[in-house]
Amino acid sequence: MLVVEGLVAGYGSSAVLHGVDFEVREGEVVALLGRNGAGKTTTLRAVMGLVKVRGGRVRFRDTELAGRAPFEVAHLGIAYVPDDRRIFPDLTVEENLLLARYASGRHGAWDLDRVYRLFPALRELRHLRGTQLSGGQQKMLAVGRALMSNPDLLLLDEPVEGLAPLVVRQLEQTLREIRQAGVTILLADQNLRFCRRVADRGYVLDKGAVQVGGPMEAIASDERTVRQYLAV
Amino acid sequence: MEVLAYQGLIGLSSAMYLWLISAGLTIIFGVLGVLNFAHGSLFMLGAYLGYTLYGVVGLPFGVAVLASMAAVALLGAAVERGLLRPLYGLDPSYQLLLTFGLVLFLDDLAKLVWGGVFRIPPIPPWLQGSVVLFGRPYPLYNAFLMATGALVGGGLWVLFDRTWWGRAVRATAADRDMAAALGIRTPGVFSSVFMLGSALAALGGALSTPVRPVAPGIGAAMIVQAFIITVIGGLGNLRGAFAGSLLVGVLSSYGTLWFPEFELFFVFAIMAAVLLVRPQGLFAR
Ligand SMILES: Nc1ncnc2c1ncn2[C@@H]1O[C@H](COP(=O)(O)OP(=O)(O)OP(=O)(O)O)[C@@H](O)[C@H]1O
Ligand SMILES: [Mg+2]
Repeated sequence: MLVVEGLVAGYGSSAVLHGVDFEVREGEVVALLGRNGAGKTTTLRAVMGLVKVRGGRVRFRDTELAGRAPFEVAHLGIAYVPDDRRIFPDLTVEENLLLARYASGRHGAWDLDRVYRLFPALRELRHLRGTQLSGGQQKMLAVGRALMSNPDLLLLDEPVEGLAPLVVRQLEQTLREIRQAGVTILLADQNLRFCRRVADRGYVLDKGAVQVGGPMEAIASDERTVRQYLAV
Repeated sequence: MEVLAYQGLIGLSSAMYLWLISAGLTIIFGVLGVLNFAHGSLFMLGAYLGYTLYGVVGLPFGVAVLASMAAVALLGAAVERGLLRPLYGLDPSYQLLLTFGLVLFLDDLAKLVWGGVFRIPPIPPWLQGSVVLFGRPYPLYNAFLMATGALVGGGLWVLFDRTWWGRAVRATAADRDMAAALGIRTPGVFSSVFMLGSALAALGGALSTPVRPVAPGIGAAMIVQAFIITVIGGLGNLRGAFAGSLLVGVLSSYGTLWFPEFELFFVFAIMAAVLLVRPQGLFAR
């Protein structure tokens, strides 16, 4: 579904990614792992078109994404949940959700009602403004907002960072539900235990390239990989 | 007492074209982050076009006003797409230089086309005459200006608060990248906002001519006042621009009553007073 080959990207004069290769197949949950600053966020942003692709290829189905504007990528069926949530502050919860549907022009199974069923708390908060939500609530809203565009591929950056263990458990369940609804997921997270429970396959980023890739179970149980690239 | 109330009303009507020009300036700054020096020149062009289409060509007043708005909006779109767009990623000083260059260019263009003298079109017959307010006759045209300004204010409120286009614009203003990642066509938002702002400046210009003669150079005078108003209101804030226009319009109307020679000084003094109390402007978040 998504094939990334030799992706080069960076900020200003510094290259952060020097040739990243990975693949996400339809229906999978794939995790990008790696330490702080390994380039996970940059990879997701490059796929979305928010960071310029300087080299390599990013193919989504039959379409080359490199060089496309973010809104075109969104219209093709990719949605992005940034690590810092980026809820629009002066729109209400409901407006944040509906705007995603309006902007993407993609109408499908995900609508307000379905998002509220997935995150019942959001229904209670629907008339509050983005700034009035707690961090965890904003995270839910960011995921809900992404789903409102009926994506085929969901890019999730640090979904569990800063969440309480109980909430992390709930999120695991939520991701399973999203996946059962037919949405493919590419997530970036440092939390190995979380990734192990939700992802099928994983790729370990370091020094701007994929060092190890394979079934999530194999990555997590390989002590050498964990020690070398993931342990803090 | 009636004198004061009456002078306030006079101020309110001049507040209205200040509002029309400041509204566009502040919307464009809020969404695009561009401080458009040439915004006053768009006001001037609107005034000249309104004058020509109504006073010279003889189109009906309303048609002349709408046509000037449309023409200036198209010019705005061309400026945004052709000239500003390549500069977005660069240092803001390039935008300032470009829009300042446009001021000079449009001033000279106006001199070439309309000459250096003042032009005043007649007031359309159906807006001549007066209504009695506070026991004195008040020019109907000024009442019409106030009504138009209020109507535009209400219209903008509906547009930005109640339509999906408006919400998309607010989202783009708050966070360009995230808006684009949701699928909002941000380049289109930029162009349409610039067009809307330009059309508002032209509306202000076209409506101002019968009470305020137009000549090359009025753009510069207008932009100074509009800048002050948007700073008073809080840069990028529409409600602030409305409040700032009323404040400046009404207070400088009293100012000219008592100290006619200090009009512009008065405007600066209002700004200084506001900024001393609220450095971020009246309505800034
Ligand atoms: N906006 C930016 N401008 C310049 N450099 C940046 C920017 N964002 C990230 N970087 C740099 O790029 C490198 C990769 O950052 P990135 O955010 O992609 O890593 P990450 O794997 O997501 O890390 P984390 O686990 O902390 O989220 C880092 O060295 C970082 O300092
Ligand atoms: Mg990151």
